[in-house]
This record gives sequence, C-alpha cells and structure tokens, in this order.
Amino acid sequence: MKRTVRRAFPLFVLPTLIAFFIGFIVPFIWGAYLSFNKFTVINNTTFVGLQNYAKIFTENDFVHSLWYTALFAIISVLTINIFGFLIALALTKNFRGTKAFRTIFFMPNLIGGIVLGTIWKMIFNGILAHWSTTIVSDAKYGFWGLVILMNWQQIGYVMIIYIAGIMGVPHELIESAEIDGAGSWQCLKSVIIPILRPTITICTFLTLTNGFKLFDQNLALTAGKPGKASEMLALNIYNTFYGRVGWQGVGQAKAVLFTILVAVIAFAQLHFTRSGEEQM
Amino acid sequence: MAKNNKNVSVDAADKPVKHGWIWTLGLTVLALFFIFPIFEVVINSFKETSAIGGTDTFILPTKETFSGLVNYVQGIADTNFWSAFGNTVLITVLSVLAIIICTSMCGWYIARVDSKGTKLIYFLYAFSMVIPFQMVMYTLAYVAQNLNLTSPIGLVPVYLGFGAGLATFMFVGFAKSIPLEIEEAAMIDGCGACGIFFRIVLPIMKPTYITVAILEAMWIWNDYLLPYLVLDSDYKTVPIAIQFLQTSHGQVEWGPMMAIIILAIIPIIIFYAICQKYIIGGVVAGAVKG
Repeated sequence: MKRTVRRAFPLFVLPTLIAFFIGFIVPFIWGAYLSFNKFTVINNTTFVGLQNYAKIFTENDFVHSLWYTALFAIISVLTINIFGFLIALALTKNFRGTKAFRTIFFMPNLIGGIVLGTIWKMIFNGILAHWSTTIVSDAKYGFWGLVILMNWQQIGYVMIIYIAGIMGVPHELIESAEIDGAGSWQCLKSVIIPILRPTITICTFLTLTNGFKLFDQNLALTAGKPGKASEMLALNIYNTFYGRVGWQGVGQAKAVLFTILVAVIAFAQLHFTRSGEEQM
Repeated sequence: MAKNNKNVSVDAADKPVKHGWIWTLGLTVLALFFIFPIFEVVINSFKETSAIGGTDTFILPTKETFSGLVNYVQGIADTNFWSAFGNTVLITVLSVLAIIICTSMCGWYIARVDSKGTKLIYFLYAFSMVIPFQMVMYTLAYVAQNLNLTSPIGLVPVYLGFGAGLATFMFVGFAKSIPLEIEEAAMIDGCGACGIFFRIVLPIMKPTYITVAILEAMWIWNDYLLPYLVLDSDYKTVPIAIQFLQTSHGQVEWGPMMAIIILAIIPIIIFYAICQKYIIGGVVAGAVKG
C-alpha cells in the first residue's frame, strides 16, 4: 500500500509544497537574512551584522509598543476569558432564548478587523464628543477602546469553546457533588473548572496570541495616533517597513524579534497543554 | 437527568432554572449591547455625513438629516464597491477550494507515507502556523510581484502557501484516525492512490473539509494586509476599499462609510444564518486542534 501511495508524490504533495515555498519558506528565510542587511531596495543590500538589531533600541518606539501590546494582551485576555466563561456558564442553563443569545454573541467574531475598527471609531468618537475629545487625542482612549473592541469581538468566540467544554462535563460528577452537599460555587470551583482546565488553557493562549498579533483593528481604530502612542507591535513593524526609507532592515529585525516572542508564547502553550493532558 | 449526556442539547439537558425569565431578561440587556454598534451603523448609513460624528452620532435620522440611499450610491461609486466585492468573492472561493483540495491530498499522503521527507514537511507546516505575517510580509510581496502573482487569481497560490500549515495539519490529524483496512481492501480491489483518495478517503473526511473551508474562508474574506501588499494597486478587496475610504479624503466621509460597511456585513450575516451550525462547529474544532 505504501508503495502505491508513495508514487503519487508529484500529484498529492507537490502543488501544496511549491505554494508553501513561494508563500512561506522563501520569504521566511530571505526575511531572516535581510534582518542582517541594510537596504532600501530588496536586491541591493549590504551586510551589516547586528546593526539593525542595535538600531531598534536607539529609539524608544519599539519598546513602548512592546509594553503597550503586552499590557493590552494581558488585560484583554483576562476580560475576554472571564466574561466569555461567565456567559457560557449562563447559556448552558436551561431557560428561554439560549440559542438566540449564542447566535448574537458569536456574530461579531465573523466581522473583519478593519470593519470592526471603523465601526468602533465612530461609536467612541460619538461618546467622547460629550467631553469634546476624540479617540486619537490620548493613547489611553485608544487603549481602552481597543480592549472594549476586542471584548466585543472575542467574547462570543471563547464563549462557544467554553460552552462545548462545559457540555462535555459528565453529569454524574456534578450530581454526585451535589449529593455530597456541594453548593453551586463549590461545584464550579472543585468540579467544573478543574475539568475545564485544558479548555481554559486553549482559550487563554488563543486570545493571548490574537492580542499580540493584533493589526487590523489597531490600524482602523487609531492608526497608532496620537503620534505613535497607541501603536502596537505589528503596526510598529509595518510603519518601520513602509513609513521610513532606509529602515527596512530595522523593520525586518523587529519582525524577527516579534516572531521569537510569538514563538515563545506558542511553545509555552504546547508545554501547558501537554502537562495538562498528563494530569488528566 | 443523567441518562445520556453525550448527545443532549443544552436546552433539553437540565430541568429549567428557577426564575428563568430573570436570566432571559439579563441576557437580553447584554445582547442589546452587542447589537448596539451594528444598529448604529444601520441608522447612520441613512443619515447625511454632517449629522454623523460628534454628539449627533447617536441621534436617529430626522426629516432634515435622513438621506435615503444617497450614502449607498456615493459609497459604491467612491470605492468602486462591486469590483472590490467581486474580487473578494473570487479570491475567497478559489483560494478556499485550492486549499481544501491540495492540502487534503497532501495531508493524507503525509499520514500514510512515513518517511524522513514527510516528517520534515510536516514539521515545517506546523512551524509555519506559529510565524506572524509581519515576518514574511516584505519578502512575500516581493516574491509575489516577481512571479506575477499580483492579480486576484495570482493570490490563490499565495494563500495556498501561507495557509497550508493549519489546513494540512488538520487533515493529517483526521487522516491518521481513519482505519487502514478500508484503504487496503480498496487497493487489493485494484484502486490506485487516486482511486483510494477520491472514492474512499474524501467522503470520510467531509467534516474536516467543512471545518477547514470555514476557517480559511473567514480568514481570507476579512484579510486586509496580505492582499493590500501583494495585489496590484488597481485591484481592491472589501477591507482594502473600506480602509481606502478612511484615508483617501483626509476626513472620513462617515455616511458613505457606514453604507459600505452595511454592504460588507450583509453577506457575512446571510452566510452565518445559513451555515451557523457548521461555522460554530468549525470554530470549536479549529480552536481545539489548531
């Protein structure tokens, strides 16, 4: 059997593999190489070693966006998961309208980042107009605006995953806990949450990665304004590439650091998921 | 109550909660908060731009500010909306088709042929899932330009390449769970690799096809940066058209903007209404496996 399948390599594997080289492998390796070069045009480069990496930290915009992004990611991960989990708990009870509520809460997740950012820009400017200010006049507004926006978009997303998890909790366990005299809070703390640990890990990391990689919403809501004060990592990298002549190499070096950061989060996730499985 | 907890739907699982109407009421209030932004977009799409922005934003249209379909007409003309819409549909449909066909074949091959080569390819696919787009965007745009992949059709192989990781990964996972006996029996009956795959494996993998198609469609339909950087500037997609309308006039023309957003959201809502079950199932499967 193996031999028959093996002969099918050109038809079965090659199309995806060629596209994968064009769409990922070549740009990735080339990008990593370019981070050690100075260039304005891609085919006229000078090797400069680690100079681009050193240059990143001569200005504080990258470090600022790093902290801004990290703080945003932490706060939005907490709020999205807490609200999403609470709503999921409510919607797994039996009362009228749970299906309709699920449909409504999930819907914003289907709308793209550019559209979401634009919608909320109008809403926030309408609210802030009462104090004669706008979303781009203070980085704080942009920050909390983005937190609210992401909550609106992703609460429904994690809610759906939590609902699937909660529905998988065996009824016998909850019943026997109730027979033993556990109240609903104790039941939640000692039965449901421990069983849902893998689900919680998944949702936490999904929202964490989404928070760090956020670009479209950031661009459409504030575009980093005022100045660069509400610029998150992905947007900062983009602006370094396309906003400053001669800084393309630095942009690529920033992208490498960004990639390492995201990869570390991904490996942490893998580690946590695996150790969670062993405990189960 | 505990009789079968495997295939219960939540609504039938438990006895009704006490004071169910309080729960319904509380969540209705919350749901109104969720719908509110969309509602604002709808009403503002029928108002003159001068009556949007500032504190006027939340006021319903009046006789003076009601603008009928003017915003729609202007928005469509300003952004060349139908062309952008057509491009988005074309790119999404073709890319999703290419992705599910090519990566399912590739995934099945990787699951069946155990060699150093397939292990390496599998590792690279998994690795690519972690890498953020910013890492490759600059060089990818250049590669695509040099290979003449800057038209909507040209974007299809680019999406296949950049999206190959997650899709193949999911197909490998599912293909590994299919018992080998069925395929072996088919081979004894004289089926080649193609026969086995298209007649036997493909029908079994139908749920994975739906999951992958939905995840990829949601990504590609809404994607902004990749098509913005790769596509020739003559072509726009819907997200590009909306971002263009934000920045092109210096000041945002809120009326036409809201109208365009409505036109962009309607297909999503229709799609959601038709395949809600698959979308939600796909998102859960994608989250748990990806």
